Amino acid sequence: MAEIHLEGLAHSYLEIPKNAEDYAIRQMNHVWHQGGAYALLGPSGCGKSTLLNIISGLLKPSEGKIKFDGKEVNDLEPNQRNIAQVFQFPVVYDSMTVFDNLAFPLRNLKYSKDRINKKVNEIADVLELGDLLHRRANHLTADEKQKVSMGRGLVRDDVSAILFDEPLTVIDPHLKWRLRRKLKQIHEKFNITMVYVTHDQLEASTFADKIALMYEGQIVQFGEPQELFENPLHTFVGYFIGSPGMNIIEVSVGDSKAVFDDIEVPLSDALIKEIENKNSNNIKIGIRPEFIDVLEEPTANSLTCDVLDVENLGTYKILTLQLGLQKIKVRIEEDQAAPVNKANISFPKEWLKVYVDEYLINEGAV
Amino acid sequence: MNLKVKNNKAWFLVLPVLLIVAFSAVVPLMTVVNYSVQDIFDQNSAVFVGTEWYRELLNDPRLQDSLVRQFTFSSAVLLIEIPLGILVALMMPTKGKMASLCLVVLAMPLLIPWNVVGTIWQIFGRADIGLMGAFLNGIGIDYNYAANPVDAWFTVLLMDVWHWTSLVALLCYSGLRSIPDAYYQAAKIDRASAWSVFRYIQLPKLQSVLVIAVLLRFMDSFMIYAEPFVLTGGGPGNSTTFLSQTLTKMAIGQFDLGPAAAFSLIYFLIVLLVSWLFFTTITHLDNKR
Repeated sequence: MAEIHLEGLAHSYLEIPKNAEDYAIRQMNHVWHQGGAYALLGPSGCGKSTLLNIISGLLKPSEGKIKFDGKEVNDLEPNQRNIAQVFQFPVVYDSMTVFDNLAFPLRNLKYSKDRINKKVNEIADVLELGDLLHRRANHLTADEKQKVSMGRGLVRDDVSAILFDEPLTVIDPHLKWRLRRKLKQIHEKFNITMVYVTHDQLEASTFADKIALMYEGQIVQFGEPQELFENPLHTFVGYFIGSPGMNIIEVSVGDSKAVFDDIEVPLSDALIKEIENKNSNNIKIGIRPEFIDVLEEPTANSLTCDVLDVENLGTYKILTLQLGLQKIKVRIEEDQAAPVNKANISFPKEWLKVYVDEYLINEGAV
Repeated sequence: MNLKVKNNKAWFLVLPVLLIVAFSAVVPLMTVVNYSVQDIFDQNSAVFVGTEWYRELLNDPRLQDSLVRQFTFSSAVLLIEIPLGILVALMMPTKGKMASLCLVVLAMPLLIPWNVVGTIWQIFGRADIGLMGAFLNGIGIDYNYAANPVDAWFTVLLMDVWHWTSLVALLCYSGLRSIPDAYYQAAKIDRASAWSVFRYIQLPKLQSVLVIAVLLRFMDSFMIYAEPFVLTGGGPGNSTTFLSQTLTKMAIGQFDLGPAAAFSLIYFLIVLLVSWLFFTTITHLDNKR
């Protein structure tokens, strides 16, 4: 059982970091609850793997504390932390059989032979490795090897969290889906905290109950996949999640409206007040391509724009529209007729998000 | 489908290679075979003697003794240099200036010509003026490689270890560097001991370079000539006379071309056989299960 707390965590690979850019992890406070299935999602180089290595103890953080169940573990080595980690490339002990590979962590814990046999067979069943137990590990295929790597983590009773560092990178696409399901089953069966690092939003949302989205060394949003989609707290979340990403447009704010390129989008007074309180010039509005309404006839609030391109992607269509100087993407259903030349669109109020200094502003927020 | 080649002129293209191989390997080797079955008196008189030289040589105590010495020497070299080389490679720094410095220092003995190595140790070990010899005598150890066979063996072995351990260490070092970090990290998380890391990660990954190291060191040590020749001249007595020196004495010193040729072939076959044995056992270990 472990609840993992990160308190004021920061890490730099440089000995004397000078400014914010020198940090791979910047001042992070976060809690991973016991038994959760979490995904750590973000682009390459955002600090995901660094964070994972700090949790497992392969790296020591430059600043801040990491606590397991309230106990600080900063100075504990990985082998003292009850944590398993699965790496991007499968790690198997080549000279051993699959059985010996799976038994290895248990032998290091000095378990009795019977206990090892029982445990290894149990895990081999779950991972469908039963037939391979007496094969040498270096003759296995990549996905079998990766299963062995995972098995070495699962086999230990003392493990309270398993960390996955993009474990499916080397696996064939048709096997990825199966392994991911397997992981999900294992999670349900063993009630282990799992943190899964990936840069693939689909992988993250199928595996995890909650996604932590990382950007430039920080977790910018932590929530269920749907929350990240419907209510991005940061422009990067809007941009990174969804395909295509959120339309984000830089605006200036006037009376009850946001203005860009002579186009006016009405905003509520409460929102305008919030924006003004922030006293910043970096104001953006964002709306997901899925939530833009395409109207047949212009209405009082609709905007007219040129249709630049229509992509038919089978189950849906993507329109590229010219609105003022901005290009915006709209996603419509396959059976909905695509407008020709001119399109009338409107931004439904509930889906129009406003960002000041890249962070979401809400009506009546404090 | 008929894949048979109609135009046989293509064979001319391999002719240069055939000629080079013939003149560099096949003809000299066959000459030796030819000599080994004849008793040659002068340019015009030679008698075919069949396997006589072979039978005589195999019963010759000179060959038997130096063969025993040679195997003892090569085994000792392998037993010392392989583990020592692995140990040195494991202890070397992995990055930074120190790593480059270590590599340069290690490579130095390999750059010194064989007979110079012999000369260096000949002087280094001298009981009267040599740094090592005089020192050992100074602290009360009676050491004289020119008079005492045990001392001579010790010095020859030490010289070979000094000269060639670097090669094993450098090969192992490159092997160790090719192991991805993830293996060490996984082992840490699996709570593997330092010994387990060596036994199950480093040693298996070193296997292919170790095959090369063992083969090279075996062949080289089995054919050693210049270093002991300069250092001890094969003495005292015949105590450090190894196979190649026995052969040289026979071929050049006594001009027994027939027996010398037979000796060469036996020598060659032994090297070939032992190398093959090493190679097949080590590579078969891998596919056992």
